[in-house]
Amino acid sequence: MTAVQAPARMARRRVRTWLFHLGMPVLAALWLFPLALVVITSLRTFDDLATSGLASLPQGLTADPYREALASGEWRSILNSLLITVPVVLVTLVLASMAAYGLARHRIPFRRTMLLLMLAGNLLPAQLLLIPVLKLTEQFGLFDSLIGMIVVQTAVGLGFYTFVLHGFMRGIPQELTQAARMDGATTFGVYLRIILPLTKPALAALGSLCFTWTFNDLVWSITLLRSEDKLPVTPAILGMQGEFVSSWNVIAAATVIAAIPTVIVFLRFQRYFISGLLIGSSR
Amino acid sequence: MASVAKSHRAAATPYRRTWHGSRDALVLLAFVLVPFALEMFWTFWPALNSLYISLTRWDGISPPEFIGLDNYLQMWSDSTFLLALRNTVLWLVLFGGLSVLGGFGLALLLDKPRRGVGVYRAIFFLPVVFSMVVTALVWRMIYQPDGVVNGLLSAVGLDDLTKIWLGDPDTALYALIVPALWRQMGYIMVLFLAGLKTVDPLLHEAARTDGAGTFQRFRHITLPQLRPITTIVLAVTVIDALRSFDIVWALTKGGPYHSSELLSTYQFSTGVLGSQLGYGSALAVVIFILAVGTIIVYVLRNLGEEETA
Repeated sequence: MTAVQAPARMARRRVRTWLFHLGMPVLAALWLFPLALVVITSLRTFDDLATSGLASLPQGLTADPYREALASGEWRSILNSLLITVPVVLVTLVLASMAAYGLARHRIPFRRTMLLLMLAGNLLPAQLLLIPVLKLTEQFGLFDSLIGMIVVQTAVGLGFYTFVLHGFMRGIPQELTQAARMDGATTFGVYLRIILPLTKPALAALGSLCFTWTFNDLVWSITLLRSEDKLPVTPAILGMQGEFVSSWNVIAAATVIAAIPTVIVFLRFQRYFISGLLIGSSR
Repeated sequence: MASVAKSHRAAATPYRRTWHGSRDALVLLAFVLVPFALEMFWTFWPALNSLYISLTRWDGISPPEFIGLDNYLQMWSDSTFLLALRNTVLWLVLFGGLSVLGGFGLALLLDKPRRGVGVYRAIFFLPVVFSMVVTALVWRMIYQPDGVVNGLLSAVGLDDLTKIWLGDPDTALYALIVPALWRQMGYIMVLFLAGLKTVDPLLHEAARTDGAGTFQRFRHITLPQLRPITTIVLAVTVIDALRSFDIVWALTKGGPYHSSELLSTYQFSTGVLGSQLGYGSALAVVIFILAVGTIIVYVLRNLGEEETA
């Protein structure tokens, strides 16, 4: 029976392989097309676009749109983005790993409840928080400040990172920390010299996720910031649309520049990034 | 860092051990309570506040005035709210449904080791790292009156189908779903790829020797084994769909004539930018109830199915 079926199955598999190698490149090209379009548009001159439109082949390439985008203050907004994102990533990893260590490795009363409450806090839709958080930042004098953005974005995200790290730290063998305890290590010593080094892969994954999510944020920055010179790059390039109404080449260049930091993080941490998304899915 | 470590080693010497224990407990308490309190203060406290504000009329300047459930009653005669609610449900079904189907399809195509599979996975995943705003600006160029979509339509002689895609109330919402899908599918694909790794290949082998066809094996082996990851994907999708804000805000701000308004954008316009803080908070509560409700319905249905199975 199987001997008769085998050749037919082989033939069918070969057809499928052919279809795969014919269809996939087309689909992949379609997927990449929008990106190619924006990169090409960012290298065209204004006159070229004005005469032949966006849906045309370029008449020549120039780097001027990039110079124009950066000259219009995009440097400043990229810097703001980094001034917010880097502290958020660092503080988040420190605080989340501390909480996860306490909850995962010690018999603290209500530890399960606390963990679930933190995760639940993270799952609340931002819309439910916007108005009261806006009022709170006004009360604390944190409205329209980068510090306010850092505090809010760190606090709001903590639950997810704590939850993931908690799962990771629970998997570290008890013997390791017990041995250190016997040698007289303190709670803090165990955290710093045993738990943190063993948690490095998870920290790298979560760090790269935290970087992209914070860097890509729009809703918190347009809620909590007013001054133009404090805007991060994500809302700033939206505002540029008004400034460069039909200068599609400049807007395209600004868009490419705004995407570069997260693409760098993605390429640098690619392996961690995807595993981060996978653990991220268990939230 | 080194000096901290050293001082702690010193603290471990026997004659200081008596109060070493209690100080250790304090450190532990701080480890847990500082992050916990910080998060609770900036999430649950504001959420409870929202709940209260939703029962008031408040312009953000004069003190709020308690009006009970009036905001919630007012919604049903607010045509913009009804449109935004309809659009949000449509968004949940179309964006949610298509991104799960598309992501699942990509995962099935790219599950088996073939030449180039790694490159294809990276290509479909790439848009996930872009912000929704970057995505929006990229697609704005495609949708422009002189952009690629219209250019292609004219090139094949379908001039009368060309449109101002984002400026036409009939097409704006659908034109927004496409870029949102472009960015989301790669994410869902990665989740399902992880799920497919957990399917036992021996089961497939056994079913094949018993004469089961490709479709039968898919239906009776692959799908049931994917159940845990499917639950996760659906929860992620519901939350992401109801949270969707950036792509709409970046491209249409809910317009033209509220035709692409979602509850999230309407909430932002009225409560955050506008001065109807009470009504805006009530809209936020509706978004929250929709998210929790959808997930509960799914979980209950799933439990029911498991009992009958």
